[in-house]
Amino acid sequence: MVQTTPSARSKPLRSPHRLRTIVSFSLIVLTLALLWEGYKWMGQTTGGVWPGTNVGLPVRTNNRAMPHLWDIAAALFRPARSGANEEILLLTLIKAGLFTLRSAFTGFIVGSAFGFSLAIWFIRSPLAERGLMPYVVASQTVPLIAIAPMVVIWGGQAGLPAWVSVAIISSYLSFFPVAINALRGLRSPPATASELMRSYAATPREILTKLQIPAALPFLFPALKIAATASVIGAIIGELPAGLSVGMGRALLSFASSFSSAPEKLFGAVLIASLLGLTFVGLVALLERRLIPPTRRLGEEPDMLVPGTARA
Amino acid sequence: MSEPAVTLRDASMVFDAAGGEVHALDHISLDISDGEFLSLIGPSGCGKSTMLRLIGDLLVPTGGDVAVRGKPAHQARLDRDYAMVFQAATLLEWRRVAANVELPLEIMGVDTAERERRAAEMLHLVGLDAFAHNYPWQLSGGMQQRVSIARALVFQPSILLMDEPFGALDEMTRERMQMELLRIQEQTGTTIVFVTHSIPEAAFLSDRVAVMSPRPGRLVEVIDIDLPKPRVFETREDPRFFAAVTQVRESLRAIEEAT
Amino acid sequence: MTVDRWRRAVPAVVLFASGIALWEAVVQVFDIKAFIVPAPSAIVAALFSEWPDISAAATGTFTSALLGLALGTALGIGAALGAVRWPMAREGAMPLAIAANSTPIIVLAPVANSWFGLLSPWSSIVVVAILVFFPVMINLVRGLLSAEASELELMASYAASERTKLWKLQLPGALPYMFSALKVAAALSLIGAIVKEYFGGSQARLGQYLTLKAGNFQFEEVWAAVLVAAAFGIGLYVLITLAEKRFMGWHVSVRAANV
Repeated sequence: MVQTTPSARSKPLRSPHRLRTIVSFSLIVLTLALLWEGYKWMGQTTGGVWPGTNVGLPVRTNNRAMPHLWDIAAALFRPARSGANEEILLLTLIKAGLFTLRSAFTGFIVGSAFGFSLAIWFIRSPLAERGLMPYVVASQTVPLIAIAPMVVIWGGQAGLPAWVSVAIISSYLSFFPVAINALRGLRSPPATASELMRSYAATPREILTKLQIPAALPFLFPALKIAATASVIGAIIGELPAGLSVGMGRALLSFASSFSSAPEKLFGAVLIASLLGLTFVGLVALLERRLIPPTRRLGEEPDMLVPGTARA
Repeated sequence: MSEPAVTLRDASMVFDAAGGEVHALDHISLDISDGEFLSLIGPSGCGKSTMLRLIGDLLVPTGGDVAVRGKPAHQARLDRDYAMVFQAATLLEWRRVAANVELPLEIMGVDTAERERRAAEMLHLVGLDAFAHNYPWQLSGGMQQRVSIARALVFQPSILLMDEPFGALDEMTRERMQMELLRIQEQTGTTIVFVTHSIPEAAFLSDRVAVMSPRPGRLVEVIDIDLPKPRVFETREDPRFFAAVTQVRESLRAIEEAT
Repeated sequence: MTVDRWRRAVPAVVLFASGIALWEAVVQVFDIKAFIVPAPSAIVAALFSEWPDISAAATGTFTSALLGLALGTALGIGAALGAVRWPMAREGAMPLAIAANSTPIIVLAPVANSWFGLLSPWSSIVVVAILVFFPVMINLVRGLLSAEASELELMASYAASERTKLWKLQLPGALPYMFSALKVAAALSLIGAIVKEYFGGSQARLGQYLTLKAGNFQFEEVWAAVLVAAAFGIGLYVLITLAEKRFMGWHVSVRAANV
């Protein structure tokens, strides 16, 4: 049968479609930049009120609250601290980012491995699932920032360097999406597939390695992308109370406190921290492209991962 | 006979695909009479589903004209002249059975009391009164398809477009549904255009069977089915039924050998 | 059915009770210092003695979280409807939203503090709203576009307006996506509000309370506050789950949980 869905009529070829996406994407980024500068210009012109009214603007538009975008860019290439021979801000931020990335990456690996193991345990033991699943869900409602200081203290007692404690905090956020989606993936083969395996008298271990784990892989990658972002968030939040002298969390804290004198630095840090998350997720996406054939990929974007929302 | 229910004049459909143009339909001309049961049959890729969608204005032909009851197909769609039934029942899973049947009436702005009355009537017609308050997932595949037919008929369309509606059903259910469809058509006088893969199904149900060939999709032959109406259970044992089946089969085999 | 559900909860309850008992025993027997792990009894005692402070701080924080959640959800719904209405905007906005959702948005907390003022409730509300906005928008767009081709054809065959299509087909179909986004958003709103307070704000807020008590090594109080925050997070999650059961009883995920 000929494809007759309405969309088949003008099925776009791949490359023009991607080109259009890039163009629309750039247009929106450009629009956001223009909005920033336009809002700033408007506020400067009207003296901080909406044109023609006396209603004040929600955000002040002076160079302190909203530096020009080019000033932020320029600040990245000026020394981070006063003094002629200090390294430029960009370099400081990249160093901070790499320090944080080490914790985040370690947390990501540990958390993902833990989450995946948990999922395997749950499909093999319904009792474990029923006993522990509520707490797996509840664990994510505990505000991370509140447990971070205690984890840092435990790590210190155990003689671990602070970045390891941060990695543990980071893994606390990243294990969850992996556990949930891996469980969904391990359960995804239809009953007939399990029956086929049983007809070969396959052992539970063989069913796991030959059927369930391969079936779970496409489900795993969207979860890993979420876990990647979560691990960066976890690492930054973990650094805040850890009392570290380096890292992105530290940079954000110190530039936040010097905001009134040098606001561009904080915006620069926000920019680099965002790139950190994007890069990490991008790497996972690349890995997915290499490992999962296109027909088995579950969409471009990570699925939202909350128990009970799996489509049958 | 009065003016035809559906008229196709030189209707063509060309899709842009990655490997170049695909001629799904090539200069199709056909009249379908009022109250007729016409089946479209042919190998995969012959464009029978495309033709159904041209009649229903779900696709716009790249060449030629499609008229429904003397007006352009587009106008006929706006006038709600026809209803579609797909291979999948396509029931909205958040609506109970009765609410699914009421859906088109709701869209057409019919008031609540009238909607409920007509939905109940239709559910009675397809023998599902008892399931009005169930959700679709609580019904078997055959029952779901009956709901889908009730939904299609509830606003009394003059033309029913059916795309392999019984394709996913088991043989027993399928034969029962065929009888039911013919009974409903007899009561309502609806014109039916019916896409199918099954030769006996086409022969049993139809007044005429349009045989189509693939690449490009062409109308090869329109076979008149010489069987008395109403069709009954014993019709399937009638020698004329076998003759009709044979005639359709031979026509299809000729296509296969030619390609 | 209900009896069975209670029985299913038994392992979790038993685990909880024995976990607490073991915790208490270990702390008592090995005389573990409070700065490592306080005993559950000490935490409960701190909860009672600190209740006036903790409840005041929690009320302020939870109010910000809820207002931000409401604002972010409303904006996310608006953006999703816009993105579905205008495909050109969607093509640019969706990759951007997905990219933004891959960044640690929480780093905007210090920026919001300096934009809206340390003590202004808006700095918390805006941070939470931005955090919530992206998952809601992304999931809702995906949900609105999840309607199947045959469902869209069905709507087209009724000549349904864009508005009707949205209300009768796309929005109900998007509910499962919306609820899963809300669950994520609820957890984010709490984290967002507390982390924002960590970067500064009123003393009578959970983030500042936690910072202060952790700094003074008063870990019974820290744990008590964590308990309150977790209870709120779980409460919010349960509320959303209940709403899901109420409005989405038809969906397979809710059905499966009820069997």
